Amino acid sequence: MSTLLQVSGVTKRFGGLTAVREASFVVKAGEILGLLGPNGSGKTTMMNLISGNLRPDAGGIAFENTEIAGRRPHLIARDGVARTFQLVRVVGEMNARENVMAGLAFRKSPLWGSAAEDEADRLLERVGLAGRAQTPAADMTYIDQKRLELARALGLKPRLLLLDEWLAGLNQTELEGGVSLIRSLGEDGVTVIMVEHVMAAIRSLCGRCVVMNAGAIIAEGSTGDVMADPAVVSAYLGDEHA
Amino acid sequence: MKNSPAFVIGAGAILFAALAFVPFYVDGYGLALAIGIASYTILATAWALFSGPTRYISLATVAFFGVGAYTVAVLGEVLPWPLVMLVAAINGMLLALVVGLSTLRLAGIYFVIFTFGLTELIKQLVTWYEVKITRTVGRYVFLDIDQQTIYWQLLALAAILFLVGYLIGRSRLGFALRIIGGDETVARHVGIDTTHAKVALFVLSALFMTLTGAIMAPRWTYIDPAIAFNPQVSFQAVIMALLGGVQRLWGPVLGVIPMTLLFEYLNANFPNYFILILGIVFMLIVYLLPQGVAGAVSSLRAWSRRDGKSVEEAR
Amino acid sequence: MLTNAILSGLTMGGMYALVAMGLTLQYGVSRIMNLAYGEFVIAASFVAFLLFTSGGLSPLVSLLIIVPAGFAVSYLVYGILLTPLVRRARSREALEADSILSTFGLLFIVQGLMLVFFGGNYTSYSYFNTPVQILGTTIAANRLVVLGFAVLFGAACYFFLMRTRTGVALRAVAVDPIAAGLVAVDVRWAAALAFALGGAIAVTGGVLVSMFLTFNANIGVVFTMKALIVVIMGGVGNVAGALAAGIILGLVESFVATFVDPGLTIAVTYAVFLAVLLVRPGGLFGTAK
Repeated sequence: MSTLLQVSGVTKRFGGLTAVREASFVVKAGEILGLLGPNGSGKTTMMNLISGNLRPDAGGIAFENTEIAGRRPHLIARDGVARTFQLVRVVGEMNARENVMAGLAFRKSPLWGSAAEDEADRLLERVGLAGRAQTPAADMTYIDQKRLELARALGLKPRLLLLDEWLAGLNQTELEGGVSLIRSLGEDGVTVIMVEHVMAAIRSLCGRCVVMNAGAIIAEGSTGDVMADPAVVSAYLGDEHA
Repeated sequence: MKNSPAFVIGAGAILFAALAFVPFYVDGYGLALAIGIASYTILATAWALFSGPTRYISLATVAFFGVGAYTVAVLGEVLPWPLVMLVAAINGMLLALVVGLSTLRLAGIYFVIFTFGLTELIKQLVTWYEVKITRTVGRYVFLDIDQQTIYWQLLALAAILFLVGYLIGRSRLGFALRIIGGDETVARHVGIDTTHAKVALFVLSALFMTLTGAIMAPRWTYIDPAIAFNPQVSFQAVIMALLGGVQRLWGPVLGVIPMTLLFEYLNANFPNYFILILGIVFMLIVYLLPQGVAGAVSSLRAWSRRDGKSVEEAR
Repeated sequence: MLTNAILSGLTMGGMYALVAMGLTLQYGVSRIMNLAYGEFVIAASFVAFLLFTSGGLSPLVSLLIIVPAGFAVSYLVYGILLTPLVRRARSREALEADSILSTFGLLFIVQGLMLVFFGGNYTSYSYFNTPVQILGTTIAANRLVVLGFAVLFGAACYFFLMRTRTGVALRAVAVDPIAAGLVAVDVRWAAALAFALGGAIAVTGGVLVSMFLTFNANIGVVFTMKALIVVIMGGVGNVAGALAAGIILGLVESFVATFVDPGLTIAVTYAVFLAVLLVRPGGLFGTAK
């Protein structure tokens, strides 16, 4: 498989705190990569660095062999990197269809007018929100807002999709639906990086994982190997368990 | 049918054409009122065009208005009228471009503060220039433009503003601004160049404010920085827009008409209490009508449709 | 001329620093961007003027009345006008926008009241206006008194914020209201207290200013603007930063007025402000985020 995203030696500091320290890893085209680590280990910062929300202090991020580190987020989005947010972000006063159209109207090959409405409804159906096009996003449940956010991200026709704890807070049935939805995205050729704490989902979806702790990458490899790695176990459970 | 562009634009055209006959039916006082309403309609609508969707509160309306007026004061007798208007438009847009590019990347609060002081800054600079370089504080504007013509020019400008506002509302730019107003982070991550969009609209909004000032300048025969850059004009435009409602293009005009009449009445009867009452009215609007008249109307409609569900939900 | 410029710059700078300290408390802790701040300053100037001319009360004595009154009035303003906004605000940004509009209305109300009671003319009175020779230049004694008081009040506030339990609680809310709430700081109480303290500082500044400046009902805006500039230059909520930035602003103005052109002081103030906004929006002494 070819390399889609190459993160090399990326460092990000906030004042005295180093949130990400010389992180390097690759994402191959077509894979679903898990980005794991305890709370505060720098996963969300890493997502923000890739999506352009933050500018790295050092290091490079190459997407399809083009350097994107430090580029402004709207350009990265137009290049084909879409994301969801850890705390769900939808435009509350717009309805579901308009929220998805936001993803369609400003991408590289924009859709507008009735073409955009049709495509938005198709994407709503795909994430399980068929028939909800007119519902104001603010009136939706948390779970439905997450689905809506995903539909908006898919509207960008991403080649790389960043999911930040998208499965968190789902019940067992919803989780199964979510997992199969993400799997179907992978089958469509979308590359996914998912930050996730739900281990069952990681095991069933991710071929490979990258594990962070205290801002540094401590393991990278196949999901099975990584989970058995003593460094990973001790990062999660504390040193006495290693 | 009712929402088709042809219908809306046609209805608007008929309305403005009808308004063009107003000068033939009113006396001098009525015409002065009509000019006041027309000019504040443009200022408040142009203000809401930018501040409504982006939620950036600009307190600099009169800075642009004054730039337009001063351009006329300086060049009115030198260049033909259309060229004067063109120069005024360029001046206002350049100023808006500089202000927009330097402040719209920042958080909203800094933008408010900067625009709050911008008027004062320009007033000081113009005063300094006039005193030091031209050695006159005021200027006389002797232009052969009568009140009717001023009214018609304002009406034409208002018609263009509503047409432009309507088209923007249906365009991707208008959609982008609604997303920015809703959640700027989302806007950036769906591919919107937020700075670009905000600056574009800010400049457009400033263009209309500047032209209003230019058109209004011949009404005063004497003009000085204190008259041209009177901060109350900004305040009143904001109050009117907020009263009417900034979420809809036709919202501000609902505030302009009652407010212009009220201010006229207050100025005539209680000149000493004018500012105090202005403040009280402003507070009442902020507290009791946070969505403006237009918003309240929509909430009421939604409320009656939902048959008893709370108004809160309708927002 | 140089000494004179420095001395008058320090006096004005001290005033700006003091006045800005109140605003930085209000904005930093309560998250209320009080656009009517300068009106409170000038209102106090008028009250001091009134007490001096009709009651023969020295402005320094009238501080004893005006400062507690300023505290009480500000506390009431927060409790009555701003608490509803705090309740209805869904986010910090929404509260900022709402409070700007609300205090904008307040600005007109206070200004309108002053116009009704005192009219629009420039007002001043002469108190302790004896020339004093210092460092080879002449300066009015009241300016020195004002500078002394500004330093005194500034130091007292600084001590209060840095060394007392209450002060630490206020600063904690300024940094992170949620975390402060978690460690048992009553955030609502802290916000109201900070707003009232800010108001008390504003009126202190107003009384001191009235001793050596001519003022009228319309110039509150200028004080608000300058205080805002100082607050942003110093870093929001940063008291020491406000002190330094205020003195810098005073010196810059005084030097421009003395050596360039008095008509350009506001323009230069804005140029400095804009430069700070663009280069270091976190303030001169803050860490850029």
